Amino acid sequence: MLSTLGRFKERTIHAALFLSAAVSVATTAGIIWVLVYESAFFFRCDWSLLTEFLTGTEWTPLYAPPHFGVLPLICGTFLIAGGALLMALPIGLATAVFLSEYAPSSVRSVLKPLLEILAGIPTVVYGYFALTFVTPLVLQPLFPNTEVFNAASAALVVGVMIIPTISSLCDDALRAVPRSLREAAYALSATKLEVSTRIVLPAALSGVMAAVLLGLARATGETMAVAIAAGMTPKMTLNPFVSVQTLTGYMVQVSQGDTPAGSIAYQSIFAVGLTLFTITLAINLIAHRVLRGFREAYE
Amino acid sequence: MSVAPGIFVPRLQRRRRIGTAVATMCALLSLIGVLFLGVLLVRIGKEGWESLTPTFLTNFPSVLNPEQAGIKSALWGTLWLTLVTVVVSLPVGVAAAVYLEEFARPGRLRWFIHINISNLAGVPSIVYGILGLAMFVRWLHLGRSVLAGGLTLALLVLPVVIIASREALAGVPKSIRLAAYALGATRWQTVWSHVLPAALPGIMTGVILALSRAIGEAAPLLILGALTYVAFVPSGPMDAFTALPLQIYDWIDRPQPEFHRLAAAGIILLLGILLPMNAVAIGVRAWHQRKKAW
Repeated sequence: MLSTLGRFKERTIHAALFLSAAVSVATTAGIIWVLVYESAFFFRCDWSLLTEFLTGTEWTPLYAPPHFGVLPLICGTFLIAGGALLMALPIGLATAVFLSEYAPSSVRSVLKPLLEILAGIPTVVYGYFALTFVTPLVLQPLFPNTEVFNAASAALVVGVMIIPTISSLCDDALRAVPRSLREAAYALSATKLEVSTRIVLPAALSGVMAAVLLGLARATGETMAVAIAAGMTPKMTLNPFVSVQTLTGYMVQVSQGDTPAGSIAYQSIFAVGLTLFTITLAINLIAHRVLRGFREAYE
Repeated sequence: MSVAPGIFVPRLQRRRRIGTAVATMCALLSLIGVLFLGVLLVRIGKEGWESLTPTFLTNFPSVLNPEQAGIKSALWGTLWLTLVTVVVSLPVGVAAAVYLEEFARPGRLRWFIHINISNLAGVPSIVYGILGLAMFVRWLHLGRSVLAGGLTLALLVLPVVIIASREALAGVPKSIRLAAYALGATRWQTVWSHVLPAALPGIMTGVILALSRAIGEAAPLLILGALTYVAFVPSGPMDAFTALPLQIYDWIDRPQPEFHRLAAAGIILLLGILLPMNAVAIGVRAWHQRKKAW
């Protein structure tokens, strides 16, 4: 039997552990509250501002008169995130297929840690590489019209950045496909490629889709590489060789500049932050829903 | 050769050849990431090696005089930030993981906290900067201090610590817990003396990876309003600070090539801290997987 003191101790510990777990819930609540509360200060000045924010195609908060249409920033964000995905999806998926279906365990045990190292490199380093290597030595010789700051170099390094995310999640999904499915196909004299592409890949499709969505969410929220390499000119364009600005890039620009705290331009970073948070949260929620469907399939 | 319709033609040779071609292509594509890593490291090594002198480590940054500029304040700032981050995120993160794995009953509350944590892990780091700016810098009046920066980074890496610790705890076999209960241990005694030690290598891997992520983060600190030009070493948690990735960003942001070389030197230093940390984390995990007693 526990003494009263012992029971008190167990209860106290239980409560302390619960409070620690509650910190994460408080963090989410804090993020949502701060974003909504501070955005309300931004929109309060003018109700038509909300309409302009959501539908306007000009983002010039530091000019007079300022325009606060967030679409150019969203356009820049998706230009870069989409370009990154276009590059990371085939490479990440091929890497995952190679790792899970073909590579001997010795190759696997070298390649996986190397990809983890790639994932562990700070994004400011990717930005430096994009600005001093990718743009002047790769893009500008190939496409002479490329500006010093451009969306393509940012998309390229962000793409490399999310390769490990996509390949490791796809690898997990492919390896979760039961052996019996593969063996059944082999028994029907399918080749290894046919087993991989017609049996394993379709069976792991929801896992692959979740990996793509999580990679997209990461690319959308990526900040430093984009702030360094993509420039600071908000624009509605799909031309990857000119300077654009993303949601995150704008927040960095305002934070490091001389914009006085409390001014409407400064307050706009909260509205932009709320937009970014809403987009990434939506992508993440869809990804987790897709992933849960895939986990249930074989359990 | 004509074949009656409906008869299966194996064409095995051709199918195998296509298979080999695709397999080779997959193998080559999987090397792109590694190739990129190699080019990046060589390139930065070449650019920054010359600037990486002893005075680079002991001098303060200088706007006018790139030859004399150093990274001392950023290095100390990063050390201070890391200290605050680990002191906060390690106990809170492990305690939360212990609660979710060992104490909480399966049910709505546990499910809700679980979903909440996996969504937090996907929130962009810059959004944590906004939270820190409003909560720590303004409401709690911590100012743009080491403490505000460290707390922000601690919240940022908390999901990583919790998820890794939960995985480590879940990997400890049930028999260990049952044996402890059979000898009359309480739940907490079981966790503290048996489950946590067994899960320690996995937790350590997670914590090291989380810290290395915190050390490389610049975006949330920029939003907090951390300074990029600091010519002193913080002497306490309430002092202003800069950090390695911030100083590097500041140098990249200047157009002159001298500053770009300084940035490359800073990156060598930053990677010189992060790559060994990651190697240790990956090594601990590999060692643990081989040595596991169960």
